[in-house]
Amino acid sequence: MARYIARRLLFMLVVIFGMSIITFSLSRLVPGNPARLLAGPHARQEQVDALAERYHLTGPVLEQYGVYVSGLARGDLGLSVTTRRPVAEDLAQFLPATVELTATAFLITVLVGVPVGIFSAATRGGMFDHASRLVSIAGVSLPIFWLGLVLQVLFYKHLGILPIGGRLGTLDIAPPRVTGAYLIDSLLAGDLSLFWSSAIHLILPALTLAAGSVAVVTRMMRASVLETMGADYVRTARAKGLTEPSLLRRHVMRNAFIPTLTVLGLQVGYLLAGNFLVESVFNWPGIGLYAIDAIANLDYAAIMGVTLIVSVVYVAVNLVVDILYVLLDPRITYS
Amino acid sequence: MSASTSAVGPSTTMSGSARPAQSTNWARQVSDRLRANPVSMIGLILAVGMFGIAVAAPVIAPYDPVSLAPKNRLLPPSSTNWFGTDDGGRDIFTRVVFGARYSLLAAAVVLSLAATFGTAVGLIAGFAGGKIDEALMRLTDMFLAFPALVLAMGISAALGASLTNSMIAIAVVWWPWYARLVRGQTLRVRQEQFVDAARASGASDAHMILRHILPNCWTPIIVQVTLDVGYAILTTASLSFIGLGAQPPTPEWGAMVATGKDYILDQWWMSTFPGLAIFLAVMAFNLVGDGLQEALSPILRRR
Repeated sequence: MARYIARRLLFMLVVIFGMSIITFSLSRLVPGNPARLLAGPHARQEQVDALAERYHLTGPVLEQYGVYVSGLARGDLGLSVTTRRPVAEDLAQFLPATVELTATAFLITVLVGVPVGIFSAATRGGMFDHASRLVSIAGVSLPIFWLGLVLQVLFYKHLGILPIGGRLGTLDIAPPRVTGAYLIDSLLAGDLSLFWSSAIHLILPALTLAAGSVAVVTRMMRASVLETMGADYVRTARAKGLTEPSLLRRHVMRNAFIPTLTVLGLQVGYLLAGNFLVESVFNWPGIGLYAIDAIANLDYAAIMGVTLIVSVVYVAVNLVVDILYVLLDPRITYS
Repeated sequence: MSASTSAVGPSTTMSGSARPAQSTNWARQVSDRLRANPVSMIGLILAVGMFGIAVAAPVIAPYDPVSLAPKNRLLPPSSTNWFGTDDGGRDIFTRVVFGARYSLLAAAVVLSLAATFGTAVGLIAGFAGGKIDEALMRLTDMFLAFPALVLAMGISAALGASLTNSMIAIAVVWWPWYARLVRGQTLRVRQEQFVDAARASGASDAHMILRHILPNCWTPIIVQVTLDVGYAILTTASLSFIGLGAQPPTPEWGAMVATGKDYILDQWWMSTFPGLAIFLAVMAFNLVGDGLQEALSPILRRR
C-alpha cells in the first residue's frame, strides 16, 4: 500500500511536470508579444523590452522554460496583466470562494445522488424509478449556465426569496479571514446573521453547479446497485431468507458504492470546470470568475495559472479516490 | 464534459464484438431493442428533426439571422417574433434555427477529429505493443489527468477566441478516450485466429490493421460517437458562453445565452430560448445514446 501511494505520488509529479510543459507551451503559443500585452498598448519600445527582460520572455525557449519551472517550484506563476499582482497571490485570494462553492456542490451531489440512485434501483420499474431516470437524463443534458439564469429569474425575480448573486449582501462586511470560506469564518466570528447571509447566497450557485453531477451519480449508483443485486452472493443471501432492506444494507450497498466512487472522483473535475460557468452567472468571486476576466483581457499568465492549479487539485483528488478504493474493497490490491 | 466521459467512458462500454458472420442478425437485434424503447425513439425523432432544421434553416427562418434592426430592439415574444428580438433587433427564433447548424457542425468536427486521431493512436499502440504502446498510453494518461473542460479552456484561450479554435481545443482533450477504447479492442482482436491466419499468409502490418482490426473496431467507435454527440454540443456551447468559442453576432446558442445574460431579469427571452434549444438538442442525442447503450449492454439484457 505504501509503495502504491509512493508510486502514485511519483506519477502525480510526472503529470504535474507534463502540465507545466503544456501550460508553458500554451502561454508561448499566444499570438502577439506577451511583453507588449503586459506593457499595454501605449508603452514605448524600451518599456516593452524592459518587461521582456524582467519576466524572462527573451532568449532560447528551453531557457525560458527553465525559468518558468523554477518559478513554479517557488510558487511563482507570473504576473497578472489585469490585476497587476502576482498570479499566485490572486489565486490565494480567490481560491477559497471556489473551494467553498465546489465543496457544497459536492456534498449535495453525494447526499442526493447516492440515496436517489439506491431507491431508484430498489423500486426498479416503478414510478419513482422512471421519474428519477428521466430527470437524471435531463440533468446531464442541462447547460448549467442556462439553468443558473433560469433559477435567478424564478427565485430572485418572481419569488424574491433568494439573492441573485455574490457571496454576501451589499451591506454585509466579510468576516475576518481564517479559512476564506464565509460559512466557516462567520461561525468562527460568532456572527449568525452573517452565516445566514452567506448560506442563502450559496444555495443557488451550489444547486446549479451540482445539477449535472447529481444526475450522473444517480444514474451510476442505480446501475451499480442493479448490477450488484444480480450477483450470485446476493441471490444466495436472498435464498437464505434475508429481507430486502437488510439485503440492501448488508450485501449490496458497499459493493455498489465502489464503482460510484470513481465517478465521484471524476465529478470533482466536472464541478471544478463548472465553476467557470456558474461563477460567471452568479458573479461569485472565485477563480472561475477570475479566469473569465483573464480570458476577456488576454491575461495569459492568469489563465495558465488557473489551469495549472485546477489540474493539480483534480489530480490530487483522484489520488485520494484511488486510495479510498483500496480501503473500501479488500479485493483490490496495488503493487 | 467530464460528466459525460465519466458516465459513459469507454472503459464501461460494451465489448461490441461484431463478427461479420453474425452482423446482420446482430444489427437487427439491436435495432429491435432500440425500437422497443419509446423514450429513445423520442430522442431519435428530436435529433432527426434538428438535422432537418439545420439543413432547411434559410427556408424555415422568417428573417435574417445577423443584420441589425435597431427599431425592433428587445421586443417580447409575439406573433411576428415568436421568441422575441434581441438587443440588436434580430429575431431570436431565426437565430435559434440557424444555431442548429453551428451546434451540429461543431459536434461533427470535434468528434471526427477526436475519433480519427484517437483511433489512429489506439490502433498503433494496441498493434505495436511493447515500448510504443507504453509511451502512447502514458501520453494518453497524461491528457486524461487534466480536467477536460479546463484544459480545453486553456488551449482555446491560447489559440485565440473563435469557434474553429474552440473545436480544435475540445478535440485535443477528447481523443484520449477513443485511443483507450480502440487500443482495448485492438488487443482483443489481435489474438483472434483470423489475424494469425492473415499474418501467416504474409499480410503486411498496414493490411492487417486496416483490413482486419479496424473493421472490428467500428461498432464500439460508432456507439461512443453516438454517446458523445450531446456532450460535444454542450461543451462547445459552454466555451462560447464564456467567450472562447463563437463570437457575437454569430447565431450560436452558447454565445446567444451569454449576450442575453445581462438582460435576463427583464428580457428573459433572449437567453431562455437559445438555452432551451441547447437543452433539447443535448437531451435528444443523450436519449439516443442511452438507448443504444442499453440495447447493446449484455448485463442489462439478462434482466
